[in-house]
Amino acid sequence: MDALSGNLPALWDGLIVTLQLTLLAFAGASVAGILVATARVSPVPVLRAAGTVYVETLQNIPLLVLLILAVFGLPEIGVQAGLFTTAVVVIALYQAAYIAEALRSGINSVPAGQGEAARALGLGFTGSLRHVVLPQSLGTVVQPLGNIFIMLTMNTSLAAAVGVVELTAAANRVNLIEAQPIPIFVGAGVAYMLLSSLVGFVTGVLERRLAVHR
Amino acid sequence: MSATSRLLFDEPGPRARRGTRAATLVSALVLLALAALAVRQFAANGQLDAARWQPYATWPMWRYLLGGLWSTLLAAVVSAALAMAGGLLLALGRVSPRRPVRWAAGTYVEVVRTIPALLLVYVVLFALPRYGLDLPLFWKLVVPLSVSNAAAFAEIFRAGILSVERGQSEAGLAIGLTRGQTMRLIVLPQAARRVLPSIVSQSVGLLKDTSLGFVVSYAELLYSGKVLANYNHLLIQTYIVVALVYLVVNASLSKLARTLETRQAGAARRAEAGAPKPPAAPEAALHA
Repeated sequence: MDALSGNLPALWDGLIVTLQLTLLAFAGASVAGILVATARVSPVPVLRAAGTVYVETLQNIPLLVLLILAVFGLPEIGVQAGLFTTAVVVIALYQAAYIAEALRSGINSVPAGQGEAARALGLGFTGSLRHVVLPQSLGTVVQPLGNIFIMLTMNTSLAAAVGVVELTAAANRVNLIEAQPIPIFVGAGVAYMLLSSLVGFVTGVLERRLAVHR
Repeated sequence: MSATSRLLFDEPGPRARRGTRAATLVSALVLLALAALAVRQFAANGQLDAARWQPYATWPMWRYLLGGLWSTLLAAVVSAALAMAGGLLLALGRVSPRRPVRWAAGTYVEVVRTIPALLLVYVVLFALPRYGLDLPLFWKLVVPLSVSNAAAFAEIFRAGILSVERGQSEAGLAIGLTRGQTMRLIVLPQAARRVLPSIVSQSVGLLKDTSLGFVVSYAELLYSGKVLANYNHLLIQTYIVVALVYLVVNASLSKLARTLETRQAGAARRAEAGAPKPPAAPEAALHA
């Protein structure tokens, strides 16, 4: 247990980096995901195609490959960015594909009559999406979005493989010094579990708040 | 046009068509500008030189990468088999009438679902050898992937088992089958058919997870790419080729999942209608 308590500062720093990665990447992924989902349901064929290609490409390439491509490849074409920034952007763009898909199926779950009613009131594409369809789809997408948040939290650990010292990397480093794997890895695992159960709790509350009863 | 399009806009009139044309033009220009920017950036740094791409038109490079792909597929198939077997047992445990079994299976799933696969890989790489369990390289990748994916497969199987109507197992028990026989002969076959699309898409996720071989230094596709890039110094080209190989393999699998889903949605509708002829109803749920 000494190995754990003696290295709490290092592990704590790792946890903070994991939290920063998670929150920043989720914020970025939400913005990009809303844009991609909008493109995929828009009346503009080029945008629909671009949205589909984006989702298909990002969902079918492993995140680790994208991270390595960005971290080691971008400097080769003259794009210099910090390690942490690169990791946040890549994880955000990767998860945006999943968020876009969740939003799109949420949009599809809204009855067609709602869209027709919005148009009958004179709302255009953006108007009916923003004021009528998206708010109603929120209730159904909370659960999938919560799952994506948990997936994102776990995926931030892949940043360890390209050199970001977040929780997983911190645990590994401490273990290399202390050689006491059980308490250290169990401690890190418990931290991840607490994060996910917090997310699960929040999504549960939100789902009850946002549910639309028809 | 699909259901989505009907939800948000009607058949366009002249004005809407003009608007759509303008938006098409603008977005096409923006996309082209982005592509041009990327090409310029590549060209300005000499990454588009034919000499830097030419190696990937030769067989030895591809033979090496395809060898990596073979190892990737091997690891994925073995992990998938182990994870599915484990997942099935866990799912059966979660619907078991015995409380301790239910509790144990539930705890496993809830705990493992929230632990990153990379952390499990580190445990196998750095913790187990200390306790005298030094697995061969292949298993250092396969074991953590199986452990973590078993939880995901368990959730899929459980959802499938619960989706089979109660009447089915009641009927099984009523004709004198034991609980085990009912599960094996009546519930599981129906559940398996229903969850097939989810199984395929989870397998895509597992195939993506095998890229952790990079950390284990098991020579699967990504690690082979790393070795190759260290050798020929064509870093960006190599990783782009590797990414494209992953894309082709996974996109084919995802396509298979969607085809299965479409076919199943059709079968479900026909079963509901009680008639064998396929109805031409709108398919709102299809893209869910």
